Amino acid sequence: MSRRQSSRTGICAAVCGLLVAGYGIYRGEVSVVLGKAINICMECIGIG
Amino acid sequence: MDKRRKTNGWKRHRIQILWALLTNSYLVGFFQGKIYKGKLKNLCVPGLNCYSCPGALGACPIGAMQAVVGNWNFQFAFYVSGFLVFVGALVGRFACGWLCPFGLVQELLHKIPFIKKIGAFRGDKLLRKLKYVILLVFVILLPMVLVDVLGQGAPYFCKFICPAGTLEGGIPLVLWNESMQGALGWLYVWKNALLVATIFLSILIYRPFCKYICPLGAIYSVFNPIAVFRYQVEKETCIGCGACAKACKMQVNPVESPNHPECIRCGACKRSCPVDAIR
Repeated sequence: MSRRQSSRTGICAAVCGLLVAGYGIYRGEVSVVLGKAINICMECIGIG
Repeated sequence: MDKRRKTNGWKRHRIQILWALLTNSYLVGFFQGKIYKGKLKNLCVPGLNCYSCPGALGACPIGAMQAVVGNWNFQFAFYVSGFLVFVGALVGRFACGWLCPFGLVQELLHKIPFIKKIGAFRGDKLLRKLKYVILLVFVILLPMVLVDVLGQGAPYFCKFICPAGTLEGGIPLVLWNESMQGALGWLYVWKNALLVATIFLSILIYRPFCKYICPLGAIYSVFNPIAVFRYQVEKETCIGCGACAKACKMQVNPVESPNHPECIRCGACKRSCPVDAIR
């Protein structure tokens, strides 16, 4: 794969990533992320 | 050449330190034993950075992925996956080499002198596959399948494996909270034992957690060959001296595979090349 080809593939993949992330935001996943991140994660710190 | 080599190596460390400070700048949290609860935590950071670190301003992508996958309402984490695909497709494992606080910790530990440092060893290549197994089993499958009565899965990677959570969140929070000190049990001991092992191994081996365990590195590694930011070796300029392969602490040979999944874009190969053949 040439440098230009793979760069193009990379850009396409990045755009796909944005679209997939956008779909996740649309269906409300961000609230789960926020809910988890603003409360101390007992499992992460080795208590829960 | 020597001056350039030294300067550029520390230039990357300075950026790593700056990024780690920037994404963990809720300093008051360290003094009060609390974590930041603002809206910035809607966003993931590109590196492994525990969101229960008192200073953390963003969400850890691996923790966030397990939270969404383990949620009965969603089952798959499109938001976090899309974010990781976006970062991976743009820069690949550059994020590991430049923007991961836990990678920085391991690198600084590796600078501690020791009788013998370990490079490649028998079984090293096979052991590098372990991070893909950990990604699949502990980050995706277990939180998805092993659920409680409410249908919620636990973040199994964070719970049983991640030493970053212990270092960045577990130790500072437990130090400041007496109620937490009373709740410590075998899990805390286990996680601290893993952290001690990681610290000791980091002195011996360059970035052992990144090489063998990190699920985030596993995800980004898939994108290294197609990432927009990538290396290229000019075959007509290369004199085949092997200096780049010798300089690589991830045991990659840039001439054979400049965009190898294990390359973290630290730039050591570029700095070591006497003819500037790596671009």
